[in-house]
Amino acid sequence: MMLDAKIPSGPLSEKWDKHRFELKLVNPANKRKYNIIVVGTGLAGGSAAASLAELGYYVKNFCVQDSPRRAHSIAAQGGINAAKNYQNDGDSIWRLFYDTIKGGDFRAREGNVYRLAQVSNHIIDHCVAQGIPFAREYGGLLANRSFGGAQVSRTFYARGQTGQQLLLGAYSSLMRQVAAGQVTLFPRREMLDLVVINGQTRGIVVRNLVTGDIESHAADAVVMCTGGYANVFYLSTNAMASNVSATYRAYKKGAFFANPCYTQIHPTCIPVHGTYQSKLTLMSESLRNDGRVWVPKTPGDKRSPNQIPESERDYYLERKYPSFGNLVPRDVASRNAKAQCDMGKGVGETGFAVYLDFEDAIKRDGKDVISQKYGNLFQMYEKITASNPYEEPMMIYPASHYVMGGLWVDYNLMSTLPGLFVLGEANFSDHGANRLGASALMQGLADGYFVIPYTIGGYLVGMDHTEVTTDHPAFKEATHYVNARTGRLLSINGKRTVDDFHRELGHILWEYCGMSRNDDGLLKARKLIQALREEFWGNALVPGVSEDFNQSLERAGRVADFLEFAELLVMDAFERKESCGGHFNEAYQTEEHEAKRDDENFCHVAAWEYKGDDTDPERHKEPLVFENVELTQRSYK
Amino acid sequence: MTKSINITLNVWRQKSAEMKGGFETYHAANISTDMSFLEMIDVVNEQLTLDGKDPIAFDHDCREGICGMCGAVINGRAHGPEKGTTLCQLHMRHFSSGDTIVIEPWRARAFPIIKDLAVDRSAFDQIIIAGGYISVNTGGAPDANAIPISQEIAEKAMDAAACIGCGACVASCPNASAMLFTGAKISQFALLPQGRPEAAQRALAMVKKMDELCFGNCSNERECEAECPKEISISNIARMNREFYKAGIGSSVM
Repeated sequence: MMLDAKIPSGPLSEKWDKHRFELKLVNPANKRKYNIIVVGTGLAGGSAAASLAELGYYVKNFCVQDSPRRAHSIAAQGGINAAKNYQNDGDSIWRLFYDTIKGGDFRAREGNVYRLAQVSNHIIDHCVAQGIPFAREYGGLLANRSFGGAQVSRTFYARGQTGQQLLLGAYSSLMRQVAAGQVTLFPRREMLDLVVINGQTRGIVVRNLVTGDIESHAADAVVMCTGGYANVFYLSTNAMASNVSATYRAYKKGAFFANPCYTQIHPTCIPVHGTYQSKLTLMSESLRNDGRVWVPKTPGDKRSPNQIPESERDYYLERKYPSFGNLVPRDVASRNAKAQCDMGKGVGETGFAVYLDFEDAIKRDGKDVISQKYGNLFQMYEKITASNPYEEPMMIYPASHYVMGGLWVDYNLMSTLPGLFVLGEANFSDHGANRLGASALMQGLADGYFVIPYTIGGYLVGMDHTEVTTDHPAFKEATHYVNARTGRLLSINGKRTVDDFHRELGHILWEYCGMSRNDDGLLKARKLIQALREEFWGNALVPGVSEDFNQSLERAGRVADFLEFAELLVMDAFERKESCGGHFNEAYQTEEHEAKRDDENFCHVAAWEYKGDDTDPERHKEPLVFENVELTQRSYK
Repeated sequence: MTKSINITLNVWRQKSAEMKGGFETYHAANISTDMSFLEMIDVVNEQLTLDGKDPIAFDHDCREGICGMCGAVINGRAHGPEKGTTLCQLHMRHFSSGDTIVIEPWRARAFPIIKDLAVDRSAFDQIIIAGGYISVNTGGAPDANAIPISQEIAEKAMDAAACIGCGACVASCPNASAMLFTGAKISQFALLPQGRPEAAQRALAMVKKMDELCFGNCSNERECEAECPKEISISNIARMNREFYKAGIGSSVM
């Protein structure tokens, strides 16, 4: 099957305008005849639901949390990029486009990324109009700061809570549409299946997490904004409920899953400190501007950091990358930290941490200056670890925190299933093999506020409008499947808790399919995952009943999906015989141990098609065509 | 330094809003002081599961103090003893071996219990639906720098906007008042020029909804401000009251 991305022809800068003109429109009076389901209420889902409702569509909006305001977009700290060039420092739509394409190691579509850069400016305008209190200069104009991967200052921010403020902005617009009767909210619902009738996506089946009721909802189109799958690693910076279930069920119903092996490991997180640990916390990567990363030169050196003299420390990033030093990109910093710990030089109680030391910066600039820059981060670190970073170095370690892979979508953000649109982190489209800082918020809001309101109309006009109700046999079938699976989970009655399985799955992926991968490890991981999955269905212990607020059952369903999806992730990593961005196969590296792409054979998107539980999925290719940028090798020496 | 402690928990267990609840006692042994409070409950729940008992239901999600999903009353205090800290960011090092810890859900008429420690806070959404927004459709906004806003005002608006909607203010107030929550949202928009056109209508509608939902009134106990994990100031309640009176006296939208 040839994947058609439907990228409009013509010059890059005119594609989106041309396409918007060519898309068919739905008459304003007819919009109210359409029902649209939006799953998820994060930046993508909240903004999509609000904007579609403003246009006159009738929207049903679902989320697993108790309120749409709690989606995990809320935890984003740093900021949101836009090509406003308010600083007069040479920014432009073209530069934001180029930085994003290059940052993604040339594995994203030019057309999509250029559109993202184009609409970035409208996002900031809209968010200010919504009453989002962005940081401002004394003169009253908006402030910017710099972020990784860019040489211009284009990041807008609201303290360290930019994600929270943008999400609450989308939430307020959403609630306005609830008041207007255009949106009906369904909180505490989990999507458990997708319903496809005559080749068109026509609804979903959800579980009411309070009562356990299985509910069917029909619509003319489904927009999935269900986030990423970083929790497949068990420990990640994602929220506890973040999962792959919705996208994975869509995959099993025929939507292709693209580039699952593109996962991003963030270098500066608070390290794991015990097996009971449930999640990891990110410390802003801006800390590497002033902090120096080091480990003891001697493996197993258990002295406290202040007792280790200068001559016995290895500032390995400064040593290996003299020109970039501690500011090498995320993937390089992460892989090096792992390598040091694997050599036994890791510090802290577990040996899986490296130091991030501010002693020299404090000596040079004074404590006040450092406190002004990083005070809130130091405080957060101390709250969690009870260690004072002004007195002793921070301990950090990389952690899984974002995924670039997701359901395959075309330029209209529609998946391979007609009528199923996928937005935000749940799709694969804009970040290639690596995402730059402050670009996740931009993409989620671009998709929801400024892309889907146009592209969904083009689909609705041309679809088959035969009325579908939840009495249709396809809904009955999906409900039956969901009930059977729930029943099966509850009847295993084994001896091992679901969390324990999830923890082991995380260990397997982290070890063999994390920051550094090789063919032997990936083959081994696949076998281990298969064995673990088999054990899960024979020995998991899921207490309680389904007609209840049963959080163990919720987790069991998610972990069961992770156990299947993990295998797809590993297969994708195995088949991509190159290194690029977040995917690093040890066999493909430059002499300096950097990711080495194979543009001749792998300049394509890998999109996986489900072929049944007992058959391997089929790997399709969408070639990536670069007409406007030249593919180059990244170097940080 | 990391150490292990042994503690006793008295946890409120209640199968549903309709059923009668009560305290159950659990012993948690060898709890690392590096654990967060919720990780400690995870450990207890793992054991309850293996023992064939129903684990304790509690809401939580981001576990980094920003989503507002978690919260319980710990020894009589919303989110526990640490100032400016959500329950997920409270760590066991603030407790000692031998301690007995009492864990209860938010208690307020407007927040019915779902199960154990999980409550229904959709009343907060209802207050926002009544007017917690600026009426702007996607697509029509002027350039973001068209209206300068003084840094001082932007910072004050941000102070109010930092609310995470967890409900600790309601749980700690003897009147179960939602005025800190509502006041913070009304303040954020009242301070900003974008929010002024609807300020009067917003204040009237949100306050009216708050009363309808059975939240109590403010009697200046200041418990909400003391327990708020984001340290939202009660000056936001004063600002809400000013907006409300102004709206009532000087506006045509009563």
